Parts: sequence; structure tokens; C-alpha cells
Amino acid sequence: MKRLMLGNQALARGLYEAGCSVVSSYPGTPSTEVTEEAAKYDEIYCEWAPNEKVAMEVAFGASLAGKRSFCGMKHVGLNVAADPLFTCAYTGVNGGMIICVADDPGMHSSQNEQDSRHYAMSAKVPMFEPADSAEAIEFAKLAYEVSEEYDTPVIMKMCTRVAHSQSVVEEGERVLPPTKPYEKNIAKYVMMPGNAIKRHPFVEERTRKLVALAENCAFNRVEMGDTKLGIITSSTSYQYAKEVFGDKASILKLGMIYPLPEKLILDFASKVEKLVIIEELDPFIENHCKQLGLEVEGKDILPIEGEFSQNLIAEKLGMELPASKKLDETLPGRPPVMCAGCPHRGLFYVLSKNKITVLGDIGCYTLGAVAPLSAMDMTLCMGASISSIHGFNKALGKETEGKTVAVIGDSTFMHSGMTGLANVAYNQSNSTIIILDNSITGMTGHQQNPTTGYNIKGDPAGKINLEALCTAMGFERVTVVDPYDLAECERVIKEELSVDAPSVIISRRPCALLKYVKHSAPLMCDPIKCVGCKSCMRLGCPAISMKDGKAVVDTTLCVGCGVCKQLCRLGALQ
Amino acid sequence: MTKNIMIVGVGGQGSLLASKLLGHLLLTEGYDVKVSEVHGMSQRGGSVVTYVRFGEKVYSPIIDRGEADFIVSFEKLEAARYLEYLKEGGRIVVNTQQIDPMPVITGATKYPENLVEKMEAMGANVDAMDCLSLAEEAGSAKAVNIVLMGRLSRYFEEIPLEKWQKAIEDCVPAKFLELNQKAFLLGRG
Repeated sequence: MKRLMLGNQALARGLYEAGCSVVSSYPGTPSTEVTEEAAKYDEIYCEWAPNEKVAMEVAFGASLAGKRSFCGMKHVGLNVAADPLFTCAYTGVNGGMIICVADDPGMHSSQNEQDSRHYAMSAKVPMFEPADSAEAIEFAKLAYEVSEEYDTPVIMKMCTRVAHSQSVVEEGERVLPPTKPYEKNIAKYVMMPGNAIKRHPFVEERTRKLVALAENCAFNRVEMGDTKLGIITSSTSYQYAKEVFGDKASILKLGMIYPLPEKLILDFASKVEKLVIIEELDPFIENHCKQLGLEVEGKDILPIEGEFSQNLIAEKLGMELPASKKLDETLPGRPPVMCAGCPHRGLFYVLSKNKITVLGDIGCYTLGAVAPLSAMDMTLCMGASISSIHGFNKALGKETEGKTVAVIGDSTFMHSGMTGLANVAYNQSNSTIIILDNSITGMTGHQQNPTTGYNIKGDPAGKINLEALCTAMGFERVTVVDPYDLAECERVIKEELSVDAPSVIISRRPCALLKYVKHSAPLMCDPIKCVGCKSCMRLGCPAISMKDGKAVVDTTLCVGCGVCKQLCRLGALQ
Repeated sequence: MTKNIMIVGVGGQGSLLASKLLGHLLLTEGYDVKVSEVHGMSQRGGSVVTYVRFGEKVYSPIIDRGEADFIVSFEKLEAARYLEYLKEGGRIVVNTQQIDPMPVITGATKYPENLVEKMEAMGANVDAMDCLSLAEEAGSAKAVNIVLMGRLSRYFEEIPLEKWQKAIEDCVPAKFLELNQKAFLLGRG
């Protein structure tokens, strides 16, 4: 039966049908739903790992044991997991192993726009790139076969538009692969120098064999049309190119993005008058073609930044664009904001009010940087808040220690905050770290983590006690505060900044969007008491606005957190 | 010929259910369908866009400027923001609700006035209605999405009412079914 499936859901379906047994991932937009959907199949063991490195090593262990395994992550997650990647490229696999990486051209939900294809080339691991949901299912099955036949992990590269677009698929049956018993093999799996030296030639030979596969495999296909224009493309760019040109151009659609074929490309080039490479981000295919001595157009006409679209390609290749009109006035933007009742808001208000320097991290709370709170000075990557405050304070000492904090969410702390905290404890900086514990991984859509006490299926699981952990690391000052209580937050933050010792403040309250969180009745603003002083507006709560000089609460949004009430000296908000 | 429906609104307003319903319905009608969504950070109260495309064979999952046959908007300002995506002769179905974005809330700028009239002056066919009141009449403010789908359904003469109702049945949890069917009919008018 035909049905619509999200690209990520289809990839999960492909894992199921190919007999995958073990999945371990860390959530990250746009990759998260692959693992969430895989967890719906009882036949697959699925888990959220604390970070991508752990996830990849879990998948490797399962492969070593002889089972087909999978780990999924966003593009920046592969940076975290790069260490196991580069060496499991040498060991190869036992059971098939797929590593999914999802790029985010246009940075819908990311801190950079890196092109993950370079990882495949750099680690010498084959990479496949589906262009829609049906291919996501098909490629998963082929990827496991290639993984086992060529003794290599395989990277499945998704991008936002493939991961988060629904297209038509047909489901198949689950077919279990033949069992592969675990056999001890020191030369293959113990990567000390003497063994690794012997594995490197194997890797080079494997790549040569994979090039031969690329020349003649189902992933790469030629669609001949008009031969005046030849296009080499892949992924979602293929869809845009087809949309614009249909059969008015000939297309070489690449599904295997590393290693790239040589004869296939040269043969295609010889049949067309002009060759254009249409690929998002870096000139990856283009550079390969140039190495083959071909004259091609690519990044000289198409941008290296951002997402493509059908109009962009049409415009750059001299085609007509559809007419369109826009209003001739500048409309107010609508940036994302912290939700009404978000527990982070109260804490960021206190930091903003006291003009504290805030070294931030990755999560919903990065929105603390948005006006009117503007309470963030830096956000770099997962875990960087804690490591950076240590460096910041070591550099400037007393000048910054008393007025700087690091903020990091519970899930991000588990991901890579703990090692930074160990450094603060070990190398002794007088730093104040605030763990924003909202008891969930928020930004990616509510995934459990090691501090929540539940696993991916929502069943009870191990629960790490943050207070005990920080104490065990050597922090004598660990305080828990409720971010809805502004006075208490302010008192504790000031106290911890004033003492001459490293400290951890745990700001604890569950995300207001969690189903189990009970909301209080919405507040109302008494227009007689309100004098329009706008004190409440300093919170940046989407539920409060000014109408005719008075504050008005949107009762459909307000969850009754009562933070605004604490700022109203006239008692107008009740 | 591929037809394009853009669903725009504010994160959290329920556009994902609307696109799920449309995708399911159009697939059942025998079309090739693609639906593109936005997840992650922009969901948090930001401007959100969902693309629904259908036809004999659909390639691109997104809709570009000047291509949308319909813009279904959960909010006035969002309809205006995406006006340039409307095809010549295309139609905007818009909920007249006003949700102030943060720059308006903080007083940095003002919410623009007479947006519906301005869009009409640009030649757009605008069907504006107070979907929030109708959703509340049906039993929940959250049913704005289905009220809008009801309104949109008026422009699909080739798809009978029963098919829409069946699609709602397939896509909505049983305990909210009655409410949503009512909201749909109120929107359809």
C-alpha cells in the first residue's frame, strides 16, 4: 500500500526491513525522527545515548557482535563522533553498520552549515545520499549489503529537505540477514600501530573496489533528455533540477556520493554539450569533476551558502521565473521565542537584570540571547559553556569571576558538559556554572536523557542525580533553585558569584510543554491597577503585550507561571 | 500540472495536523504528493511554513515565490509575509487572528494595519475569516487548523465533502473527532 512518509521515518522503515537490531543515537535536528520512528518497532533495540560518540561506539559494538546496527546524528554531531568514525573505517565491521548524518543547509536549526560529505572522503568510508523517502528505504537496504560485502561502515547522508519532507513510499517485509557469529580477530579489531599499519592498505584497496561499484550501481543513474545541457546532481538538488528542467536537460543523479565514479561521469560528460554541477554547500562533486579534467560550471554560478530552490536554480541558469508581488512595507519579523511559562525565562531575567556575562550553550535556552532579555554573550557548540568559562576566568581572574556564569541544559550537560566540569574541578577556576534542568531534551522535541529517569520508549530507566554527580566531582557548593522564584534565584546567583570557590547552581523545573506538567490558571491584568510601566514587558513573554497603554495577558497562551506577577509592584497581574 | 498549497502560521498553532490531513486526502485521491515541514528551533513561537504539493509527478518538496495556488494562513501578518509566494490569480485563506510577534510586544515596531486590504490591493484573492471564534464554537481554540481546512475545502469542488470527513477520521484521535468534524463544517460554512 502506498503511503506518505517523512524521509526520516522512511529511513527507519528501511532499517526495520533490512533487519537492523540495534540503534543508538543522540537527538539533533534534522536527524531526530529516524531514531524516534525506529523505536516504534519492537524488533529493534533503540536508545538515546548521552552523545554521538557514545552512540557510534554502541553501534560499532553491536556490529562487532554480528548484528546490523545504526547510529544517527546531525552534521555537528559527526564532529563529536569523528574519533570512532576514522578508526572503525580501519577495523571494518562484522554485522552491517550505518551511520546517518543529517546536514542543515540554510541553518534552520543549527549553529553552522558544514558539509558532511568531506567526512566520507576524509575517513575513507562510503556515503549514500537519498533524494526522497522511497530512496531512504531502498538505500538503507543496499547500504547494509555494501557494509557487509566491503567490510566498512556506511554513512547515510540526509539533509533537512529530505529528512523533513514526506513523499510516497511502499512498505516491504522485514528480512533478517544471515547471522554473523562474533569471532575474536586481534589483527582486525585491535587498532594498535602494528595492526593499524596493516589495515590502512586494506582501506585504500577497499576504496578502489568501491569506485568500481560506483561505476555501475543502482545508486547512480543517468536520465538522458536534451543533450545541450548536462547536469550532475544529488539529494534534494536533483528534485529542484528536475522541477526546472524536466527532460529539457540530461541528468546524472548520484546516490553514492563517496567514492564518486570516474568512467560514468566522463561518459556522461561526453554526451552533453555543457556540464553544470548542482549541489548545495561545498563544490564536492565539482572538484572531483575538475580533477577528472572536465570543464564544468558550479560554484561560479550557484551559491556556496544556504539552501537551493527551483527558482534559485532557474534564475542562475537563465530560465524565466514566475511573477510574484510583495507588500511594499517592512513587516515585523517573527523570530522564535521562549514559550510562555518557559522555566528558563525567570533565570535569564535575573541574569539580564544583574548584567551578568553569560557563556551559553546549545538548546532552547540559546533563546536567552534574544531581546528583550539579551542575556547571552557566547554560544559555540555542545558543552562549550563550561569549558569556556574556565578559560575566560583563567584569563581575566578576579575581573570576571564575580560576574560571569556558564549556562547549560541537562541534556547538553550529559552530552559534553561533564568533561568541562571535571576540568573546572581539577584545574580549579573560580567559576559559577548553572545547569538549566528542565528534565528533558527540549529543542529537538522532548527526548529523554540520562537525568530524566526514562528511556526512549518512556519506560523507567536509570537516572543520574546531578547534585550527587557534581558533589562527587569535588564541588562543595551545589544549590538547587526554582527559576519561577525570582528573588531566590537572584539571592543564590549573587551569593555564588561572591564566594571564592567554584560552584554549581541547578535551576530545576520541568519544561512547560511536558504533558505531565500541571498549569495554573492564566493571569489577568487589572486595567485599573496597571499604570503601563512595562516592568512585566522586560520578560519577553509572548503572552503579555501592551494595548492602549496597559498590559494585556493572552489567556490562551498564559500557563500561570506567575513570574510576571513578581515584577508588578502594583499587583495588577493576578 | 502540480498544485501548490502553502500553510503558514506561528509555531505551535497546529499546522502539522493540517498538512497531515491534506497529504493523506490527496494521496487517497490518487495524486503524487510531497509535504515539507519545519522542525526544531523555528517551531518555538517563530514563523513556520509547511508546503503541500500534489499532481501527477511531484519533484521539489518546497514551494517557491510566485508558485502557490493557495496560501492558508493561521495569522494575518504571516499571510502578508508570504504573499510573494502566491501565484498570479492564487487565493489566500486567512484566519483574521492577530498574534503579536516579539518585536511588536517589546514596542520595537508596530503590528501593520489593514493587511487584508493591502493584500487585496496587490491583486490577491483573499478569503478572510475569524477562525478562532469558529474553533471556540466547535469546542476548542486549538481547532483553528481544521476550521481553515474546512474553508479551503470550498475551493476543491472535485473532492466531495465525505472524502474530507473520512480523511479527518483517519488523521484525528477518536476522542477529538466530533469536535474536529464540527470545526470543519463551521469553516466550510
